[in-house]
Amino acid sequence: MTMPSTLALGAARGAIELKQFFRERSSVVFTFAFPAVLLVLVGSIFDGDPIVGGVGGGQVLTASFAAAGIVSTSFVNLGTALAVERDDGTLKRLRALPMPPVAFFLGKIVLVVVASLAELALLLAIGVLMFDVDLPSDPAAWATAAWLFALGITACSLLGIAASSLARSARSAGAMTTLPYTVLLFISGVYVPLQTLPGWMADVGALFPVKWLAQGFRAALLPDHMAAQEPAGQWELGRVAVILALWCAGGLVLCLTTFRWRSSLTR
Amino acid sequence: MNDTVIRVRGLRKSYGSTAAVDGLDLDVRGGETLAVLGPNGAGKSTTVQILSAQLGRDGGEVAVLGTDPARADRRFRSRLGIVSQTAGDLLELTVAEVVRHFAGYYPRPRDPERVIAEVGLSGQAKRKLRQLSGGQRRRVDVALGVVGNPELLFLDEPTTGFDPESRRRFWDLVRSLAADGTTVLLTTHYLDEAEALADRIAVIAGGRIRASGTVAELVDEREVAVTWRDGAETTDAPTALVAELRGAYGGEVPGLCVARPSLEDAYLRLTGQEAGA
Repeated sequence: MTMPSTLALGAARGAIELKQFFRERSSVVFTFAFPAVLLVLVGSIFDGDPIVGGVGGGQVLTASFAAAGIVSTSFVNLGTALAVERDDGTLKRLRALPMPPVAFFLGKIVLVVVASLAELALLLAIGVLMFDVDLPSDPAAWATAAWLFALGITACSLLGIAASSLARSARSAGAMTTLPYTVLLFISGVYVPLQTLPGWMADVGALFPVKWLAQGFRAALLPDHMAAQEPAGQWELGRVAVILALWCAGGLVLCLTTFRWRSSLTR
Repeated sequence: MNDTVIRVRGLRKSYGSTAAVDGLDLDVRGGETLAVLGPNGAGKSTTVQILSAQLGRDGGEVAVLGTDPARADRRFRSRLGIVSQTAGDLLELTVAEVVRHFAGYYPRPRDPERVIAEVGLSGQAKRKLRQLSGGQRRRVDVALGVVGNPELLFLDEPTTGFDPESRRRFWDLVRSLAADGTTVLLTTHYLDEAEALADRIAVIAGGRIRASGTVAELVDEREVAVTWRDGAETTDAPTALVAELRGAYGGEVPGLCVARPSLEDAYLRLTGQEAGA
């Protein structure tokens, strides 16, 4: 009598997670469509801005929103879903199954990777169709985007899992993730360029991963001379990698110390 | 199959300063159906959750299928089926998707289509759980509890919210599982459910087992209730009392009723609640 393999169960969890995510109206609207709708709106408002070096406002925003989008499909998605699942009995039911906990998290990884890739494709498609974004042809730019994607969704997923433990019920889950997410979009140079922010606000934003992820995606997707528009006058990709990696480590520690299968309120 | 499947001695569990389970002893033999009866808050669910390795305990000895549930591994969990008190999850998936998915966790599951038919949901197999009634959703919970072909099945107030027809069908399902040799531990506060399904009944109150045995063993045969228009008496000699009353009234006794002691009487006595209170 052999037990089903952890990998097979992880794949089955991934399939079930994806079905649930894309069928649930609130996750599709708030997690998946939200960044795209914002890009369409904000991009349309600022696309007429004076073009700097042949690059329009919509193009810069597309690059920054690529970062914001995968923060949504990792941090907001996991933070909200886990709080709901802890509250509605999902986690309790799963914990009682002959399922290795690793399989559960493999399923979440599948969900986050697939949803984030789809989100990225959607945002880039909006950029190409509405704001004349030229996708880079240089493989090096895509390699940069790839490691930013991997580090970004890892850090933000771990932070999302940790944030879910702060929510006391499913109803407060949205507030625990959407509020910090929206604030970070403002202070991280996603909605508005970093130079126009008050100094203290940019300094606070620089503590969090969104600022660095957005800067990284601008480096990957915009022409090199646009680096002059960054506050540091360069892309700082080395610093981006270090800070995202530090958030991965910090997020992992927070997850391991805060994750609970059961709600503290239910018996 | 007559070996002890569950053995509990001195089980204790507190929530804060409140003792939910307070020195509970319990034995369940292989292949039997044991009903744990008790009022709300008596410790039924807490006990089931500890035995099914969903909750830790504060003290006492527990062996389930020869294993301490506090050290449950996957193999141990694959031998259990659990129907917990109702959850509100899985709403976006269809009945067939959910039952098939859960079958995948077990080394030798039952056929998902057959399980869906057994709980009476064949007609709803392609519907999302969101679209089901409360009773139908509960039957999905039952399907998920039995799809792994468990040796030991925990049913925690499984028929709460069922209509009478659904309850009867659920009872038939439990009986057929028991007939196949599955050991069943059922909690309920329906006396008729315990009587219909259980080989033995354990009455729990205040976190302890107050009595356990068959219905005949629990019911005190000496407490036959005799009531008539002008009085009521509990006696172990009802025939003599009726003869005496007949003499007193010189014929028919007005409003005479003689009732054998019922499980309800025993239950109310054991849980410290007054009949008719």
